[in-house]
Amino acid sequence: MLELVTISLLNGVVYGLLLFMLSSGLTLIFSMMGVLNFAHASVFMLGAYLSYQCGRWIGFWPALIVAPLLCALAGAVIERYGLRRVHASGHMAEILFTFGLAYVIEELVTMAWGRNAVANNVPSVIDFPLFHVFGSTFPAYKGLMMAMSIAMFVFLYVALRKTRIGLVIQAALTHPRMLSALGHDVPGIFVLVFAIGSGLAGLGGVIGGFMLLTQPTLAQAIGPIVFVVVVVGGLGSLGGALVASLLIGILQTFAVAVDYSLLDLLRTAGIAVARASPIYEVLSIKLATAAPIVPYLMLVLMLIVRPRGLFGTRDV
Amino acid sequence: MTGGRGGRRWLLVTGLSLLVLPYVPGIDTDFGRSLLTQMAIAAVFALSFNLLFGQTGLLSFGHAVYFGLGGYTAIHVMRAINQGLPLPMVLVPLAGAAGGLLGGLVFGAMTTRRSGTIFALISLGVGELMYAATFMLPRLFGGEEGITASRTRATLHYGVTLDSQLHVYYAVVAWAVVAAMLMYAFTRTPVGRMCNAVRDNPERAEFVGYSAQRVRFIAFAVAGLFAGLAGGLHAINYEIVAADAVSAQRSGTVLIMAYIGGTGQFIGPVLGAIVITWLQSSLSGYTSAWLFYLGVFFIVMILYAPSGVAALIIAHRPIVRSRAFTGVLAAYGIALAPLALAGAGAVFLIEMSYRLSTQPELGTRMRLLWTPLDAASPWPWIIASAALAGGLLLFRASWRLVGAAWDRAGGTAAS
Repeated sequence: MLELVTISLLNGVVYGLLLFMLSSGLTLIFSMMGVLNFAHASVFMLGAYLSYQCGRWIGFWPALIVAPLLCALAGAVIERYGLRRVHASGHMAEILFTFGLAYVIEELVTMAWGRNAVANNVPSVIDFPLFHVFGSTFPAYKGLMMAMSIAMFVFLYVALRKTRIGLVIQAALTHPRMLSALGHDVPGIFVLVFAIGSGLAGLGGVIGGFMLLTQPTLAQAIGPIVFVVVVVGGLGSLGGALVASLLIGILQTFAVAVDYSLLDLLRTAGIAVARASPIYEVLSIKLATAAPIVPYLMLVLMLIVRPRGLFGTRDV
Repeated sequence: MTGGRGGRRWLLVTGLSLLVLPYVPGIDTDFGRSLLTQMAIAAVFALSFNLLFGQTGLLSFGHAVYFGLGGYTAIHVMRAINQGLPLPMVLVPLAGAAGGLLGGLVFGAMTTRRSGTIFALISLGVGELMYAATFMLPRLFGGEEGITASRTRATLHYGVTLDSQLHVYYAVVAWAVVAAMLMYAFTRTPVGRMCNAVRDNPERAEFVGYSAQRVRFIAFAVAGLFAGLAGGLHAINYEIVAADAVSAQRSGTVLIMAYIGGTGQFIGPVLGAIVITWLQSSLSGYTSAWLFYLGVFFIVMILYAPSGVAALIIAHRPIVRSRAFTGVLAAYGIALAPLALAGAGAVFLIEMSYRLSTQPELGTRMRLLWTPLDAASPWPWIIASAALAGGLLLFRASWRLVGAAWDRAGGTAAS
C-alpha cells in the first residue's frame, strides 16, 4: 500500500509539473495580454518536433536551447503578423484566430514529419536512473523536467513581481496609453510576452515530447487538460496554475491506479445493485477507466462550488 | 429577409428551389442528394450555434454535445420504433430536439453562470467530458461502433416513408426549413432581442432589469434544442450515431462554418454550412491536406473578412445595382489572377509535402492540376515557391486597382 501511494504520488507530481510547464506560458500570455491562446499546446507540440529534429542534427543539449528559441520566434511572428491585426476586433476574434492556428500547426507538423509518431526517444545523456524507490527506478530526465518546471515558476514569479520590466509588462495590459506616453514600446512588449510564453511552451515540449507520444494529435490530446488546469487554478494566476497542475496530476495518477468501482464500494457497505438496474452501468465503471474524465469532472465541480477557480481574484 | 412581402417572396423562391434541387442535372444522383441532405443538417446545426455565438455572444467549443445528445436520443427512439413503438419515423427529429433541449438545460444551468473567455473554456471541458463518457457507457452510447437503427422499419407511416435518399432529402429539408423559420422567429421575440442586449452590454441589460445569466440560459437551452434537432436529422440520414457526433472535431467544424458564413447575418451560417460541407466532400476525396486548407481559409477570413461571406455579399449589393459594377468586376479579374497563381504555387508545395510525409509508399511521381511531376527533384519546389512569392507580390500591387474601382463605384452609387 505504501509502495503504491509513494509511486503514484511521485508519478502524479511528475505529471503535474509537466502540466505546469504548459500552463505557465498560457497563464503568462493570458494574464499579461488577455489572450486565451488555443494554439499553446500546438506550440508545445512544435517544440517536441523541433527538438527531435535538432537533436538528430546537433545533439540534445544544443537542441534544448535552439528548439525553444525557434518556438519563441514563431510566437513573435504569430503576434506581430496575426494577433495584432485581430486585436482590434476584440478577445473573441483573438481566441478564434489561435483556434484556427491550432488546425494549421497540426497539419504543418503532419506535412513535415508525417501522421505517425516519430521515434523521439530519451537521449542517452539524460537516460540513467537517478534513484530507486521500492525497486523501480526514477529516470534522470524526469528529474530534469521537474527541475525545469520549478525553475519556470520561480523565473516567472520573480521576473513579473520583482523586476522593473515585470512592472512595465503588467502595466501594458491595464494602462497601455500611459505606458506609451512614458516612452515604452507597448506593441513590442506584447510581442515579447507572446514570444516568452511560446518559448516556455517549446521548452516544455522538448522534455514533454519524451514522456508523451510525439505525434500530430499530441496538441489535441493535452490541450483541453491544460485549459482545465488554468480554469481550476483561477485564470491568470500563476500560483493557482501550479497548485491545479499538481492537484490534477496527482488525482489522475491515483485514479489510474485504483481498480475499484462505485459498485465495489456499495458492496463493501452491504448494498447490492441488480444487474438490470439502469444505474448499474454507471456504477460499474472502474475508477481506473474513468481517470481521463477526472479533470473535466473537477472543472464542472469547481464551477458549481467556486466559479472563479482556486486562486482567481475576479469572476472573468 | 426583410419581412413583409419581400420576406414572403424570398421564402417562396427558397421553397421552390429546395423542391426542384434534387432533380437538377448533376446532383440528381444519390450522392448529390445525400450531399444536399448533409448541407441541410449542417445548416440547422450552424444556425443553432449562431443563436449562441452571433446572437448572444457566447462562444462555444462544445456545441456538438447537444447535437450528439439529440442524435443518441433519436437513434434510441428509432430502435424502439423498429421494435414496434407506434410512431411515424418522420417525427423522430422531435425526439432529437427533446434530447438536445434536456442537455442544454442541464449543462446550460452550470455553464451560463459565466460568459466570455471562461464560458468558451468550460464548453470545451464539457465537450471532452461527453466525448469520454460515450466510451465509458457502451450500453447507452455504443462506444466506438456507435448505435445503429433502421429508418424504414416502422408500423406507422401516415403515408411518409423514408425508403430512398430522395425521401430522406425532402423530410430533412422540411424539418430544416421549419427549424430555420423558428430560429429566425426566436431572434425577433423580446427574448431574442434581450440576447443581443446581453451580448452587447450585459451590465446595461442588468440595469434595465433583466438577469443576463437567465437570458444566456434561455438562449443556451434553445440552441441546445435546435442542435439536438440537427442531431435527430443526422440519425435519420445515417441510421447510425457514434462518438464522432459529440467530438471536438464536430464542435470545431460548426464554429468554422458559422464564422466563415458570417455570424452577423441570420443567413450567414447557412452559407457557411453549404460551402464547408461542399468543400469537405469534394476536397477530402482528392487531398489528405483538406484540414490544412480549411484552417488557412478560416484564418484568412478572420484576418481579412471577419464579418464573413454573407457580409461580403451584402456589401456588393449597391455596387451590383450601380453602373460601375463592370469596372469593379474587371479590377477583381486583374487582381485575382496573381492570387490564383500564388494559390496554385501553395497547392503544389502543400500536396508535394503531404505526399512525401504521409504517403511515401505511393512514390514521388504524382499528378497535380493536370501536371505530371516528380517531388524528388528540386525543380517543382523552386517553381512552386516562385509562383507563390511572385503571385503574392503581384497581388498586393494589383489589389489597389480593386480599391480604386470601389472608390469610383462608391462615387457613382452615391451620385
